[in-house]
Amino acid sequence: MKPEKALIFEMSRPGRVAYSLPECDVPEIDAASVIPSELLRGKPAELPEVYEVDVIRHYTELSRRNFGVDNGFYPLGSCTMKYNPKINEDVARFAGFAKIHPYQPEESIQGALELLYTLQNDLAALTGMDQVTLQPAAGAHGEWTGLMLIRAYHESRGEHRMKVIVPDSSHGTNPASATVAGFETVTIKSNERGMVDLDALRAAVGSDTAALMLTNPSTLGLFEEQIVEIAKIVHDAGGLLYYDGANSNAIMGIARPGDMGFDVVHLNLHKTMSTPHGGGGPGAGPVGVKSKLTPFLPKPIVSRREDGTYYWDTDRPQSIGRVKAFYGNFGILVRAYTYIRTYGPDGLRRVSECAVLNANYMMHRLAPYYEVAYPGVCKHEFVLSGKRLKAYGVRTLDVAKRLLDFGYHPPTIYFPLNVEESIMIEPTETESKDTLDAFIDTMIRIAKEAETDPQLVLNAPYSTVVKRLDETTAARKPVLNCTCG
Amino acid sequence: MIKHRYLPMTEQDETEMLKAVGVNSVEELFVDIPQSVRYEGIMPMSGALNEPALLKHMRQLSDRNADFDRYTSFMGAGIYDHHIPVVINHVISRSEFYTAYTPYQPEISQGELQAIFEFQSYVCELTGMKVANASMYDGATALAEAAALASAATKRKRVVVSRTVHPEAREILLTSARGLGLEVVEVGYVNGITDLAELEAAITDDTAAVLVQTPNFFGCLEDIRPIEKLIHASKGLLVMSVNPLSLGLLESPGELGADVVVGDAQPLGIPASLGGPTCGFFAVSEPLMRRIPGRIVGQTVDSEGKRGFVLTLQAREQHIRREKATSNICSNQALLALCASVYMSTLGKEGIREAALLNLRKSHYASGRVEGSNAFSLSFTAPFFNEFVVKLPAGAEAGSMNAKLLKAGYIGGYDLGVAYPELAGHLLVAVTERRTKEEIEGFFREMEACL
Repeated sequence: MKPEKALIFEMSRPGRVAYSLPECDVPEIDAASVIPSELLRGKPAELPEVYEVDVIRHYTELSRRNFGVDNGFYPLGSCTMKYNPKINEDVARFAGFAKIHPYQPEESIQGALELLYTLQNDLAALTGMDQVTLQPAAGAHGEWTGLMLIRAYHESRGEHRMKVIVPDSSHGTNPASATVAGFETVTIKSNERGMVDLDALRAAVGSDTAALMLTNPSTLGLFEEQIVEIAKIVHDAGGLLYYDGANSNAIMGIARPGDMGFDVVHLNLHKTMSTPHGGGGPGAGPVGVKSKLTPFLPKPIVSRREDGTYYWDTDRPQSIGRVKAFYGNFGILVRAYTYIRTYGPDGLRRVSECAVLNANYMMHRLAPYYEVAYPGVCKHEFVLSGKRLKAYGVRTLDVAKRLLDFGYHPPTIYFPLNVEESIMIEPTETESKDTLDAFIDTMIRIAKEAETDPQLVLNAPYSTVVKRLDETTAARKPVLNCTCG
Repeated sequence: MIKHRYLPMTEQDETEMLKAVGVNSVEELFVDIPQSVRYEGIMPMSGALNEPALLKHMRQLSDRNADFDRYTSFMGAGIYDHHIPVVINHVISRSEFYTAYTPYQPEISQGELQAIFEFQSYVCELTGMKVANASMYDGATALAEAAALASAATKRKRVVVSRTVHPEAREILLTSARGLGLEVVEVGYVNGITDLAELEAAITDDTAAVLVQTPNFFGCLEDIRPIEKLIHASKGLLVMSVNPLSLGLLESPGELGADVVVGDAQPLGIPASLGGPTCGFFAVSEPLMRRIPGRIVGQTVDSEGKRGFVLTLQAREQHIRREKATSNICSNQALLALCASVYMSTLGKEGIREAALLNLRKSHYASGRVEGSNAFSLSFTAPFFNEFVVKLPAGAEAGSMNAKLLKAGYIGGYDLGVAYPELAGHLLVAVTERRTKEEIEGFFREMEACL
């Protein structure tokens, strides 16, 4: 086992430096000569004193204690851990994208504006919507933005609709976003097939319904077959339909949210559009809307003049306002646009076909060993239950930990909440049959280990830099930094 | 069949896999999608390009933007042209970091978890606060989250914000206040800093928080101590938005009595990138620990007693609390927090002070140049860090000045008339450590020539 890794603060030796700053070619005034002394810092911030080699070795060692898509298979359900193309990274670092200021004159950023304008249109085409804002920084941020748009829409019609309906299988961000947008959440049960229970929906909708939020395919990996009926029920009640695009990797070019009846949609570009997940961000969560909602979009959006020049369109009197400083996570939008251009519309359709075939193949091969929560065809992901192994004292968590020893990132576990001991697997399209087969064989092996030698599974992992960690103490007696202050 | 460098599926694979599934075609895997919602056409979007053509296309788009390598920038207003140590890009290019997601499986994510733990530590050191989170989308959205926290913590629905806070942060605050049902009261400024008399009048017994920024949007340093007394006297919270680099020199918000400290880490080694992605930070005093939004990493031990790190205090978060959550943030800006951490590791205790001092010296050299000019004057006399406001002579228009400066190779200052109608004809000028004496001289010469 590897020894503990020192914190960079613990590596500090007074007098070492890792920086090289520009020279001071102006008079070396004292800070106290221009700033009242009571506004100056009394004691210095105790940042570590290290040299450049320390910095590089420290973070290189930290990186070696981390696992990304480039390290191996990462079938984390609902997160779409597909390959992050290297060209995306290279182009986002071009000076003309990385070294430009949001307040530069429009004539000095025409290339950036053209990119944003084109991406707005491309995402509108992909989702079947009429207009797109690129401002939201992440999926949850997009949800909140979309709900604020829905709120503004109803208010503009003089309607007071404050309830948002979500299925019990929805992402936790859905109800949380509804709350932050000022709505009350109504959770409805799924039926025995994992679909929206239409009777429950009919009972829930009314004159106070603002919207139904739906992920389609759902977090169970199932396409909601009753979508046309659902849209009718919600629309007839005067509500709108919100599409959580977390799972759109399954349906690109095959079925568009706009054609299903959705009025508002967000996409997670760090999922479907391959921009990297960054260890937890930055992402981007653009929101697309039908034309009846475009007046309310955050400002500015990018527009094109007849002479072919582009500009920030801020003249939007009904806009909900601003949701993010400047114009969103531009560097991520550059990567997403680059990705779209590696595939084009036909290629993106093929992406979804391959993602769905990979998922169905895995589901069928694993079905004899782990119970499939909802049999039938799945879309980009599927949910297994590990409950059969409970007879041997082994839980889903243990299976996940055992997978670490074979060099895999485990699937999403214990979500969705409505499947016992759930294991949610999303292979994505960028994994080969060889990789899938090796993973499947490992899952089968672990199921057998659970029967014949459960202790082996219960004590896993064996190969990682730390063993299972004490999360209870971490939460009860929090140590959240290493400062002495 | 489409062949693509990111797609491994061969015809043989496809045949074998379909057979294993028990279907005859990929099409059969989509039988659950009703025909009426199927998309049959070719989506009207940008077409595919091969790799060399795509590189060329992206280079062409990039070349149509005036970047800091080719133009000299005096633009700040929240995004700055600072030196980015070269090691940063090497660290964040390690794909173990950038191709991972949120560290849900701590045993194979100790690198990211420790990096976040160190980021939290850096933020606490700089701000003088007890607890910091893993990051927010940006400084502006962090401020809106701070207002939400203050409202929840005090059970009050009114926040007071100074007009010297970044205009875009105030716009976002207004948007989110509508969702949360908060009342937002703005107070004005005198000589570039918050009008204390107006602030005092605006603080009531039902005020959840005062939101101030220092250095503020005009670059001026707010006088925090009297503000702290006023808001704490009415049992509200003091929320400070700060420029982290300035804290190399300026008194820490913790020492000044702040309850919540937010800001944007862009000055700490993050590219300008048209304003995003950057990285918000969020720090609180100890009593507010369990109200902080977002991810947070804690230290613990493994089953053999070895130190390790985990995501913790998750009972606060949306995936547990669902509709009872007070924030919906999930993905944040981890990779940019890593940029900021590497920056602070590189600068260290001496470097952060030296970098801040360089900004102070160069900007004050530049402001002296304005004072000595016949054409321009300083709008405010309040102390400032690395940004100040220049009043153009009567009749001069900031927008056309910037257009002329651009032709001369400069990205000029921020036209304050856009957000403050009363400050039309005033330019907010930022001078970072990267600007040389020669560039500063050249810039003001050119400004004079533009008149």
